[in-house]
Amino acid sequence: MRYIEPHAHMVSRTTDDYQKLALAGCEAVCEPAFWAGFDRGSAAGFHDYFRQLTEYEPQRAAKFGIRHYCWLCINPKEADDPGFAREVMSLIPQFLACPTVLGIGEIGLNKNTRNELVIFEEHVQLALDHDLPILIHTPHLEDKLKGTRLMLDALANFSRLERAQVIIDHVEEHTVAQVLEAGYWAGMTLYPNSKCSLDRAIDILEIHGPDRLWLNSACDWGVSDPLAVPKCALQMKARRHHAAAIERLIYQNPRDFLSQSPRFVLGAP
Amino acid sequence: MPSKNDLLDLQFIEARHKLIDLAAFLDRIDRHPGRADFRLAALHHALPILLAERPDRARAVLEALSDPTTDPIPQATTQGACGAWEQSRKHTAES
Repeated sequence: MRYIEPHAHMVSRTTDDYQKLALAGCEAVCEPAFWAGFDRGSAAGFHDYFRQLTEYEPQRAAKFGIRHYCWLCINPKEADDPGFAREVMSLIPQFLACPTVLGIGEIGLNKNTRNELVIFEEHVQLALDHDLPILIHTPHLEDKLKGTRLMLDALANFSRLERAQVIIDHVEEHTVAQVLEAGYWAGMTLYPNSKCSLDRAIDILEIHGPDRLWLNSACDWGVSDPLAVPKCALQMKARRHHAAAIERLIYQNPRDFLSQSPRFVLGAP
Repeated sequence: MPSKNDLLDLQFIEARHKLIDLAAFLDRIDRHPGRADFRLAALHHALPILLAERPDRARAVLEALSDPTTDPIPQATTQGACGAWEQSRKHTAES
Protein backbone atom coordinates (compact mmCIF):
# COMPACT_ATOMS: atom_id res chain seq x y z
CA MET A 1 0.00 0.00 0.00
CA ARG A 2 1.37 3.42 -0.90
CA TYR A 3 0.18 6.62 0.66
CA ILE A 4 1.01 10.26 1.33
CA GLU A 5 0.86 11.77 4.80
CA PRO A 6 -0.18 15.36 4.05
CA HIS A 7 -0.12 16.73 7.60
CA ALA A 8 2.31 15.50 10.25
CA HIS A 9 4.42 17.46 12.72
CA MET A 10 7.54 15.39 12.43
CA VAL A 11 9.70 17.85 14.38
CA SER A 12 7.93 16.50 17.45
CA ARG A 13 8.32 12.83 16.53
CA THR A 14 11.30 10.55 16.97
CA THR A 15 13.11 9.06 14.02
CA ASP A 16 11.44 5.73 14.81
CA ASP A 17 8.27 7.21 13.36
CA TYR A 18 9.91 7.83 9.98
CA GLN A 19 10.82 4.15 9.99
CA LYS A 20 7.22 3.23 10.78
CA LEU A 21 5.92 5.49 8.02
CA ALA A 22 8.32 3.96 5.52
CA LEU A 23 7.35 0.42 6.51
CA ALA A 24 3.69 1.33 6.08
CA GLY A 25 4.26 2.63 2.54
CA CYS A 26 4.49 6.37 3.05
CA GLU A 27 6.13 8.07 0.06
CA ALA A 28 5.93 11.67 1.20
CA VAL A 29 5.13 13.58 4.34
CA CYS A 30 4.09 17.24 4.48
CA GLU A 31 4.62 19.28 7.60
CA PRO A 32 2.84 22.58 8.27
CA ALA A 33 4.37 25.06 10.68
CA PHE A 34 2.58 24.76 14.04
CA TRP A 35 2.53 25.55 17.73
CA ALA A 36 5.34 23.81 19.57
CA GLY A 37 3.30 23.24 22.70
CA PHE A 38 4.58 26.48 24.20
CA ASP A 39 4.76 30.07 22.98
CA ARG A 40 8.08 30.80 21.35
CA GLY A 41 9.88 33.73 22.93
CA SER A 42 11.14 35.52 19.83
CA ALA A 43 11.03 35.72 16.07
CA ALA A 44 14.50 34.18 16.12
CA GLY A 45 12.89 31.08 17.56
CA PHE A 46 10.68 30.87 14.50
CA HIS A 47 13.69 31.42 12.24
CA ASP A 48 15.36 28.36 13.75
CA TYR A 49 12.11 26.42 13.46
CA PHE A 50 11.77 27.29 9.77
CA ARG A 51 15.36 26.11 9.27
CA GLN A 52 14.47 22.87 10.99
CA LEU A 53 11.50 22.41 8.64
CA THR A 54 13.40 23.26 5.47
CA GLU A 55 16.84 21.80 6.18
CA TYR A 56 16.86 19.14 8.87
CA GLU A 57 13.56 17.30 8.50
CA PRO A 58 13.99 16.59 4.76
CA GLN A 59 17.34 15.00 5.58
CA ARG A 60 15.87 12.92 8.39
CA ALA A 61 13.02 11.73 6.18
CA ALA A 62 15.30 10.97 3.24
CA LYS A 63 17.17 8.36 5.29
CA PHE A 64 13.99 6.29 5.07
CA GLY A 65 13.24 7.03 1.44
CA ILE A 66 10.50 9.53 2.30
CA ARG A 67 10.22 12.98 0.74
CA HIS A 68 9.54 15.73 3.26
CA TYR A 69 7.82 19.00 2.36
CA CYS A 70 6.67 21.85 4.53
CA TRP A 71 4.35 24.83 4.83
CA LEU A 72 5.28 28.05 6.61
CA CYS A 73 3.39 30.57 8.76
CA ILE A 74 2.93 31.75 12.30
CA ASN A 75 0.38 29.38 13.79
CA PRO A 76 -2.97 30.65 15.11
CA LYS A 77 -2.12 30.05 18.77
CA GLU A 78 0.74 32.55 18.55
CA ALA A 79 -1.04 34.98 16.22
CA ASP A 80 -3.04 36.97 18.77
CA ASP A 81 -0.20 39.52 19.08
CA PRO A 82 -0.21 41.23 15.66
CA GLY A 83 3.14 42.95 16.13
CA PHE A 84 4.90 39.73 16.95
CA ALA A 85 3.02 37.86 14.25
CA ARG A 86 4.07 40.34 11.58
CA GLU A 87 7.68 40.15 12.76
CA VAL A 88 7.56 36.39 12.22
CA MET A 89 5.74 36.71 8.91
CA SER A 90 8.49 39.03 7.66
CA LEU A 91 10.86 36.05 7.92
CA ILE A 92 8.78 33.84 5.64
CA PRO A 93 9.72 35.24 2.20
CA GLN A 94 13.40 34.37 2.65
CA PHE A 95 12.41 30.73 3.10
CA LEU A 96 10.02 30.55 0.15
CA ALA A 97 12.93 29.85 -2.18
CA CYS A 98 13.67 26.61 -0.34
CA PRO A 99 12.92 23.65 -2.62
CA THR A 100 10.69 21.82 -0.14
CA VAL A 101 8.37 24.71 0.78
CA LEU A 102 4.92 24.09 -0.70
CA GLY A 103 2.89 27.01 0.58
CA ILE A 104 1.50 28.95 3.51
CA GLY A 105 0.17 26.96 6.45
CA GLU A 106 -1.18 25.91 8.77
CA ILE A 107 -2.80 29.29 9.16
CA GLY A 108 -6.17 29.74 10.79
CA LEU A 109 -7.93 30.65 13.98
CA ASN A 110 -7.60 29.38 17.52
CA LYS A 111 -9.99 31.22 19.85
CA ASN A 112 -11.61 33.23 17.04
CA THR A 113 -10.26 36.62 18.07
CA ARG A 114 -10.14 39.76 15.96
CA ASN A 115 -6.34 39.76 15.91
CA GLU A 116 -6.19 36.12 14.85
CA LEU A 117 -8.54 36.94 11.99
CA VAL A 118 -6.45 39.89 10.85
CA ILE A 119 -3.27 37.81 10.82
CA PHE A 120 -5.12 35.01 9.02
CA GLU A 121 -6.13 37.44 6.29
CA GLU A 122 -2.57 38.78 6.02
CA HIS A 123 -1.31 35.23 5.54
CA VAL A 124 -3.85 34.68 2.77
CA GLN A 125 -2.60 37.83 1.07
CA LEU A 126 1.00 36.64 1.48
CA ALA A 127 0.07 33.39 -0.24
CA LEU A 128 -1.63 35.28 -3.07
CA ASP A 129 1.33 37.61 -3.46
CA HIS A 130 3.59 34.60 -4.00
CA ASP A 131 1.05 32.43 -5.85
CA LEU A 132 1.14 29.71 -3.22
CA PRO A 133 -1.42 27.17 -2.01
CA ILE A 134 -2.84 27.50 1.48
CA LEU A 135 -3.36 24.99 4.28
CA ILE A 136 -5.83 26.09 6.93
CA HIS A 137 -6.25 24.88 10.49
CA THR A 138 -9.76 25.02 11.91
CA PRO A 139 -10.06 25.57 15.67
CA HIS A 140 -10.36 22.88 18.26
CA LEU A 141 -13.53 21.42 19.77
CA GLU A 142 -16.24 23.97 20.61
CA ASP A 143 -14.47 26.69 18.59
CA LYS A 144 -14.33 24.82 15.30
CA LEU A 145 -17.77 25.64 13.87
CA LYS A 146 -17.53 29.39 14.53
CA GLY A 147 -13.93 29.56 13.31
CA THR A 148 -14.73 27.72 10.11
CA ARG A 149 -17.59 30.10 9.37
CA LEU A 150 -15.43 33.15 10.10
CA MET A 151 -12.67 31.94 7.83
CA LEU A 152 -15.00 31.01 4.99
CA ASP A 153 -16.46 34.51 5.15
CA ALA A 154 -12.98 36.03 5.19
CA LEU A 155 -11.76 33.90 2.28
CA ALA A 156 -14.77 34.96 0.22
CA ASN A 157 -13.40 38.50 0.23
CA PHE A 158 -10.32 37.45 -1.72
CA SER A 159 -11.56 37.58 -5.29
CA ARG A 160 -8.28 36.31 -6.76
CA LEU A 161 -8.20 33.24 -4.53
CA GLU A 162 -8.15 29.92 -6.35
CA ARG A 163 -10.30 27.78 -4.09
CA ALA A 164 -8.90 24.57 -5.51
CA GLN A 165 -5.54 25.61 -4.04
CA VAL A 166 -6.89 25.88 -0.51
CA ILE A 167 -7.31 22.97 1.89
CA ILE A 168 -9.28 23.50 5.07
CA ASP A 169 -8.10 20.87 7.49
CA HIS A 170 -9.50 19.17 10.58
CA VAL A 171 -13.08 19.17 9.26
CA GLU A 172 -15.71 17.21 11.12
CA GLU A 173 -19.35 16.38 10.50
CA HIS A 174 -20.55 19.91 11.30
CA THR A 175 -18.07 21.74 9.07
CA VAL A 176 -17.28 19.51 6.12
CA ALA A 177 -20.35 20.34 4.03
CA GLN A 178 -19.83 24.08 4.07
CA VAL A 179 -16.14 23.68 3.21
CA LEU A 180 -16.82 21.43 0.23
CA GLU A 181 -19.82 23.42 -0.95
CA ALA A 182 -17.64 26.53 -1.03
CA GLY A 183 -15.25 24.78 -3.41
CA TYR A 184 -12.30 24.17 -1.09
CA TRP A 185 -10.55 20.96 -0.26
CA ALA A 186 -11.35 19.40 3.11
CA GLY A 187 -8.93 17.51 5.31
CA MET A 188 -10.06 14.90 7.81
CA THR A 189 -7.66 14.54 10.73
CA LEU A 190 -7.43 11.20 12.50
CA TYR A 191 -6.44 12.42 15.95
CA PRO A 192 -7.44 10.77 19.25
CA ASN A 193 -10.37 12.23 21.17
CA SER A 194 -10.34 15.75 19.75
CA LYS A 195 -10.86 15.13 16.02
CA CYS A 196 -12.15 12.41 13.68
CA SER A 197 -12.02 8.73 14.43
CA LEU A 198 -11.17 6.34 11.60
CA ASP A 199 -14.80 5.31 11.21
CA ARG A 200 -16.17 8.84 11.29
CA ALA A 201 -13.75 9.85 8.55
CA ILE A 202 -14.97 6.93 6.45
CA ASP A 203 -18.57 7.97 7.16
CA ILE A 204 -17.78 11.47 5.89
CA LEU A 205 -16.25 9.96 2.77
CA GLU A 206 -19.32 7.79 2.16
CA ILE A 207 -21.71 10.71 2.61
CA HIS A 208 -19.82 13.39 0.69
CA GLY A 209 -17.90 11.34 -1.86
CA PRO A 210 -14.15 11.33 -2.53
CA ASP A 211 -13.76 14.63 -4.36
CA ARG A 212 -11.46 17.14 -2.65
CA LEU A 213 -11.02 15.09 0.52
CA TRP A 214 -7.85 13.89 2.16
CA LEU A 215 -6.85 12.08 5.35
CA ASN A 216 -4.06 12.97 7.72
CA SER A 217 -2.81 12.08 11.16
CA ALA A 218 -1.55 15.53 12.24
CA CYS A 219 0.66 13.56 14.65
CA ASP A 220 2.49 15.85 17.00
CA TRP A 221 3.84 16.13 20.51
CA GLY A 222 0.51 14.96 21.94
CA VAL A 223 -0.71 11.39 22.14
CA SER A 224 -1.25 10.76 18.44
CA ASP A 225 -0.69 8.07 15.86
CA PRO A 226 1.65 8.60 12.89
CA LEU A 227 0.13 5.50 11.28
CA ALA A 228 -3.46 6.70 11.47
CA VAL A 229 -3.79 7.05 7.69
CA PRO A 230 -2.79 3.47 6.79
CA LYS A 231 -4.91 2.22 9.70
CA CYS A 232 -7.87 4.08 8.26
CA ALA A 233 -7.14 2.44 4.92
CA LEU A 234 -7.36 -0.95 6.62
CA GLN A 235 -10.65 0.03 8.19
CA MET A 236 -11.94 1.11 4.78
CA LYS A 237 -11.09 -2.35 3.55
CA ALA A 238 -12.96 -3.89 6.48
CA ARG A 239 -15.95 -1.78 5.49
CA ARG A 240 -15.67 -3.15 1.94
CA HIS A 241 -14.27 -0.14 0.15
CA HIS A 242 -12.41 -1.22 -2.96
CA ALA A 243 -8.66 -0.87 -3.30
CA ALA A 244 -9.08 1.83 -5.96
CA ALA A 245 -11.23 3.93 -3.64
CA ILE A 246 -8.72 3.56 -0.84
CA GLU A 247 -5.80 4.49 -3.08
CA ARG A 248 -7.72 7.51 -4.30
CA LEU A 249 -8.21 8.84 -0.78
CA ILE A 250 -4.76 8.15 0.67
CA TYR A 251 -2.57 8.67 -2.38
CA GLN A 252 -4.17 10.23 -5.44
CA ASN A 253 -6.12 12.97 -3.70
CA PRO A 254 -3.19 14.33 -1.67
CA ARG A 255 -0.96 13.95 -4.71
CA ASP A 256 -3.41 15.89 -6.87
CA PHE A 257 -3.72 18.74 -4.38
CA LEU A 258 -0.03 18.95 -3.49
CA SER A 259 1.09 18.71 -7.12
CA GLN A 260 -0.37 22.17 -7.60
CA SER A 261 2.99 23.20 -6.25
CA PRO A 262 5.60 22.43 -8.91
CA ARG A 263 7.96 21.53 -6.08
CA PHE A 264 5.94 18.52 -5.01
CA VAL A 265 7.63 15.51 -6.55
CA LEU A 266 7.33 11.86 -5.64
CA GLY A 267 9.94 9.15 -6.00
CA ALA A 268 13.15 8.50 -4.09
CA PRO A 269 14.51 11.65 -2.42
CA MET B 1 -21.74 -1.87 0.58
CA PRO B 2 -22.06 -3.70 3.93
CA SER B 3 -25.55 -4.22 5.38
CA LYS B 4 -26.68 -3.03 8.81
CA ASN B 5 -25.98 -6.48 10.18
CA ASP B 6 -22.56 -6.51 8.54
CA LEU B 7 -21.76 -3.28 10.40
CA LEU B 8 -23.18 -4.70 13.62
CA ASP B 9 -20.94 -7.73 13.17
CA LEU B 10 -18.00 -5.41 12.68
CA GLN B 11 -18.65 -2.76 15.31
CA PHE B 12 -21.40 -3.66 17.78
CA ILE B 13 -19.01 -4.79 20.53
CA GLU B 14 -17.00 -1.60 20.16
CA ALA B 15 -20.13 0.58 20.26
CA ARG B 16 -21.41 -1.37 23.27
CA HIS B 17 -18.11 -0.76 25.00
CA LYS B 18 -18.29 2.97 24.32
CA LEU B 19 -21.87 3.12 25.61
CA ILE B 20 -20.92 1.37 28.86
CA ASP B 21 -17.88 3.61 29.19
CA LEU B 22 -20.07 6.69 28.88
CA ALA B 23 -22.56 5.32 31.41
CA ALA B 24 -19.70 4.53 33.80
CA PHE B 25 -18.37 8.06 33.36
CA LEU B 26 -21.73 9.53 34.39
CA ASP B 27 -21.87 7.17 37.38
CA ARG B 28 -18.36 8.21 38.33
CA ILE B 29 -19.24 11.88 38.23
CA ASP B 30 -22.25 11.19 40.49
CA ARG B 31 -20.10 9.33 43.03
CA HIS B 32 -17.66 12.20 43.47
CA PRO B 33 -18.20 15.38 45.47
CA GLY B 34 -18.49 18.97 44.33
CA ARG B 35 -20.53 20.86 41.80
CA ALA B 36 -20.09 19.95 38.17
CA ASP B 37 -19.46 22.81 35.78
CA PHE B 38 -21.07 23.57 32.43
CA ARG B 39 -19.36 20.66 30.70
CA LEU B 40 -21.56 18.06 32.37
CA ALA B 41 -24.67 20.04 31.49
CA ALA B 42 -23.44 20.21 27.91
CA LEU B 43 -23.10 16.45 27.86
CA HIS B 44 -26.63 16.00 29.24
CA HIS B 45 -27.88 18.44 26.64
CA ALA B 46 -26.30 16.47 23.80
CA LEU B 47 -27.14 12.94 24.94
CA PRO B 48 -30.81 12.87 23.80
CA ILE B 49 -29.63 13.49 20.25
CA LEU B 50 -28.38 9.91 20.17
CA LEU B 51 -31.96 8.65 20.31
CA ALA B 52 -33.34 11.09 17.75
CA GLU B 53 -34.57 9.69 14.45
CA ARG B 54 -32.26 11.63 12.18
CA PRO B 55 -29.37 10.76 9.85
CA ASP B 56 -26.90 13.33 11.21
CA ARG B 57 -26.65 12.69 14.94
CA ALA B 58 -22.87 13.19 14.98
CA ARG B 59 -23.25 16.59 13.33
CA ALA B 60 -26.02 17.55 15.77
CA VAL B 61 -23.94 16.53 18.80
CA LEU B 62 -21.00 18.58 17.53
CA GLU B 63 -23.27 21.56 16.95
CA ALA B 64 -24.80 21.18 20.42
CA LEU B 65 -21.30 21.38 21.92
CA SER B 66 -20.19 24.29 19.73
CA ASP B 67 -19.98 28.04 20.20
CA PRO B 68 -23.01 29.35 18.30
CA THR B 69 -21.91 32.99 18.22
CA THR B 70 -20.76 34.59 14.99
CA ASP B 71 -18.56 37.58 15.83
CA PRO B 72 -14.84 37.36 16.57
CA ILE B 73 -14.02 38.08 20.21
CA PRO B 74 -11.86 41.06 21.19
CA GLN B 75 -9.21 39.01 22.95
CA ALA B 76 -8.59 35.42 23.95
CA THR B 77 -9.09 34.69 27.63
CA THR B 78 -7.58 31.24 27.30
CA GLN B 79 -5.41 29.50 24.72
CA GLY B 80 -6.99 26.08 24.77
CA ALA B 81 -10.44 24.66 24.10
CA CYS B 82 -12.43 22.60 26.58
CA GLY B 83 -14.96 20.72 24.45
CA ALA B 84 -18.20 22.49 25.30
CA TRP B 85 -19.68 25.95 24.93
CA GLU B 86 -19.89 27.68 28.28
CA GLN B 87 -23.28 29.21 27.52
CA SER B 88 -24.71 25.88 28.65
CA ARG B 89 -23.97 26.96 32.22
CA LYS B 90 -27.70 27.47 32.69
CA HIS B 91 -27.99 23.67 32.69
CA THR B 92 -25.29 23.18 35.37
CA ALA B 93 -26.00 20.06 37.38
CA GLU B 94 -25.97 19.90 41.17
CA SER B 95 -23.76 17.25 42.77
